[in-house]
Amino acid sequence: MPKMPKPSNPLHKKVSDLPKPPMPPLPPSLRPNPKPKERSEVTVGEAAAAGGTSVVAWIDERTSGSGFLRGFLFRKVPKGVNWWYTLGSATMFAFIAQAFTGVFLAMYYDPNPTVAYESMRHINNEVFLGEFVHGMHKWGATVMTVLLFVHMARTFVFGAYKYPRELNWVVGVLLLMMTMMMGFTGYLLPFDQRSFWATIVGVNLNGTGPMIGPYLADFLRGGAEFGSTTLPRFYAIHMMLVPGLIAALIGIHLYLVAKLGTTAPPWVKAEIPGQDEKRV
Amino acid sequence: MTPEKETKTPKSKFTADRGWPGAFEGETVTRRHFMTGVALGAGGIASAMFALPALGFALGPIFEKTEHRSLLDVGAVEDFPADTYTPQVVTTVAGIGEVGKILLYIRKNDNPTPEQSWPFVAISNRCAHLGCPVRYIEAAKSFICPCHGGTYGFEGEVTGGPPVRPLDRFETYVENGRVFVGERFSVNSQLERVPTRDPGAHVDGFWQVLYPPRPTT
Ligand code: HEM
Ligand code: FES
Repeated sequence: MPKMPKPSNPLHKKVSDLPKPPMPPLPPSLRPNPKPKERSEVTVGEAAAAGGTSVVAWIDERTSGSGFLRGFLFRKVPKGVNWWYTLGSATMFAFIAQAFTGVFLAMYYDPNPTVAYESMRHINNEVFLGEFVHGMHKWGATVMTVLLFVHMARTFVFGAYKYPRELNWVVGVLLLMMTMMMGFTGYLLPFDQRSFWATIVGVNLNGTGPMIGPYLADFLRGGAEFGSTTLPRFYAIHMMLVPGLIAALIGIHLYLVAKLGTTAPPWVKAEIPGQDEKRV
Repeated sequence: MTPEKETKTPKSKFTADRGWPGAFEGETVTRRHFMTGVALGAGGIASAMFALPALGFALGPIFEKTEHRSLLDVGAVEDFPADTYTPQVVTTVAGIGEVGKILLYIRKNDNPTPEQSWPFVAISNRCAHLGCPVRYIEAAKSFICPCHGGTYGFEGEVTGGPPVRPLDRFETYVENGRVFVGERFSVNSQLERVPTRDPGAHVDGFWQVLYPPRPTT
């Protein structure tokens, strides 16, 4: 009996048979080198040009950074990705803006309970552009939180939390909690009536948690009463502890996005190379 | 005849006998394993040396007993009649400005009971819901909270809103015609003294087991 030819599975096509993607728009110094010519074919002029080098190429030769950047920035994304996919980057941009403006606010702010309010008043009323930078930090906090929730809604609605991206959802939830912590600890810092009483209520809310709640409240206050260490404590958590954790978590979050690739929108159907799109 | 059952020889403790690569005669652990252990152990000890004290430094206040401050003089005995509350600001935490001050509502205790034998009733204005400042309204003989509508009667007992227990009180003492206040304490719905709790913590019925007294109070 003659052997039947095996039906070829289009999914088993070799990668080398697929059409080559176009070259990403890299600056010339970062493009992968073409195959070197045979030694005998190199002209004197070419050899001289290869001897000189640009700053970018100098760094690249010592770090191999271009390979990483090519893979990270020009990774393939599925058909149909749209503006909703930019929300994570927008959140990250808001975080960077917060970190940047926050560092400069820290140059004028004084977390001592007797002078904190006065130092904020000084920033707002006397420092050049102080009110503007403070305003950016204050409104930027809201912008970051809103963007974060819309980004979370996007990943939820698009089913991006499913296998294999569950861990990225978990990291995202940690980022959400850290961002809430930033809002809570930052709100006390202007030290006016509103921020003081809102923090009293917020700390006592923590205190109402059964069993560990009262200890949590003690931790936040640094004791049983709102005391001399409470404001510096909130300040240290707000400007060092939590931002460091957020930066590290964003690193993990982005690593996973690059490693796993982003999800296709749910309305885009799987496409098998070489097969009629309509039949799939 | 059945073949003799193969007895399992116990594995040798010498790496050389187990055929491990890089094994030396007479050693029971390879150098690579040993050095990995040493590096991890040394790194762990070095990290614990800074991490544990730093953690204790941050968490310490949870377990510290709050120091007893000295009694605070709040005024002359005649300043505080029995039929109404007289507000008095006292500084409980020195050196931090306005934040270290609290407001007490004080009146003479004209009806001392075994539970409340203090010569004066000193009621804290810290709401037992979440800690906002309550105000005494003479016309209603009530304490009213601005935050979530908690109301308290003349003895500080809850008459409405979300608070879970009556307003806290302070110990009072009289000496040479002056009134002094001591430590804060919480009271349950029978106005009996219980260990000090934070706002929001229950002190009555089953729920009090969820809010045990802490080292700091
Ligand atoms: C500081 C907060 C956050 C930052 C800076 C951030 C950043 C990003 C970025 C840049 C991406 C790439 C794709 C995209 O933008 O959609 C992404 C993807 C993702 N994020 Fe976030 N994110 C944050 C919070 C969250 C939260 C709160 C969640 C959910 C609980 C979450 C879940 C995810 C998931 C599941 C993906 C994968 C999406 C996909 O593969 O299509 N992220 N994130
Ligand atoms: S804090 Fe007083 S009612 Fe909520």
